[in-house]
Amino acid sequence: MTTNTITLTIIAIGVGTYLIRLSFIWLADRVDKFAYLQKALKFVPVAVLPAIVMPALLCHDGALDISPGNGRLVGGVVAIVVARLTKNMLWTTIAGIGTLWLIQAIAG
Amino acid sequence: MLPILPGLIPFATISGIATVETGIPAHLALAFSVISYSGTAQMAAVQLIGAGASAIVVVLTALVINLRFAMYSASIAPHLRELSARWKRALAYLLADQAYAVSITRFAKDPGRANKHWFFLGAALTIWGTWQAGTIVGIFLGARVPESWSLDFAIPLTFIAVLVPAIREHAALVAAGAAGLISILAADLPFNLGIIVATTGGILAGMLVELRKNRAQG
Repeated sequence: MTTNTITLTIIAIGVGTYLIRLSFIWLADRVDKFAYLQKALKFVPVAVLPAIVMPALLCHDGALDISPGNGRLVGGVVAIVVARLTKNMLWTTIAGIGTLWLIQAIAG
Repeated sequence: MLPILPGLIPFATISGIATVETGIPAHLALAFSVISYSGTAQMAAVQLIGAGASAIVVVLTALVINLRFAMYSASIAPHLRELSARWKRALAYLLADQAYAVSITRFAKDPGRANKHWFFLGAALTIWGTWQAGTIVGIFLGARVPESWSLDFAIPLTFIAVLVPAIREHAALVAAGAAGLISILAADLPFNLGIIVATTGGILAGMLVELRKNRAQG
């Protein structure tokens, strides 16, 4: 991407995000009319995050890599376990990246 | 509200590092953080830019991630109903995950309290300042972190840290599982469109499970 495209991308994300934040605060009195929409919105975080995370863990240079040598996959699994146990972002990140480093060190 | 701040700083710093590591200039990285004020969307956008996704898919994905703010907006709206249009427009910008969590917890405890908007403004501005400070540290560090450290991997890891505690019911687990599976099957779609397809599939799967559960109960 060129610098200009990146600038436009940032502005588009900024404006769109602001309008999403303002949406119901602005429509205050009509919140109840959008009950169905709110049901769908509830599932957005739990759907969009795996959609980003899974390819980042499993796809390596455009190919699927399900092997113990895939440090990102193993690191991701360790991070899931640590996230479940600690509910702490810092520990989760440290555990995941530490596992990746360990596997890279063994492989290298 | 203080316990939230220490957890915020590493997240902000990682976001700053990840942004400049993609090759985005420092001033644009800071602009990104101020204009969008959304770490999760920024990190996803940066990861996609690094993977060569098209601008439209980057914007679309970031906005899908930020659709959760519509949920916060709906939930906090009754507490800000009496405010002037100017107040509403100003507070909307500050409606981030942590500001929402802190304020809604307080408002739920004491729904009749006066000056809710001042509480929200104070909490949200503190969180905003902490976030931007952490981002600036990350932008400054970013260029100095060697690539062999694979710090870009921190992006999916922070997403895991957000995702796992959010899965509290069966329907959410199905939504997450379906989205994850589809994202792998659809990984070869052009422009990284697989993320949008997988997210839609995950949301539909979650709603379906909830619908069936409600029918069985009703």
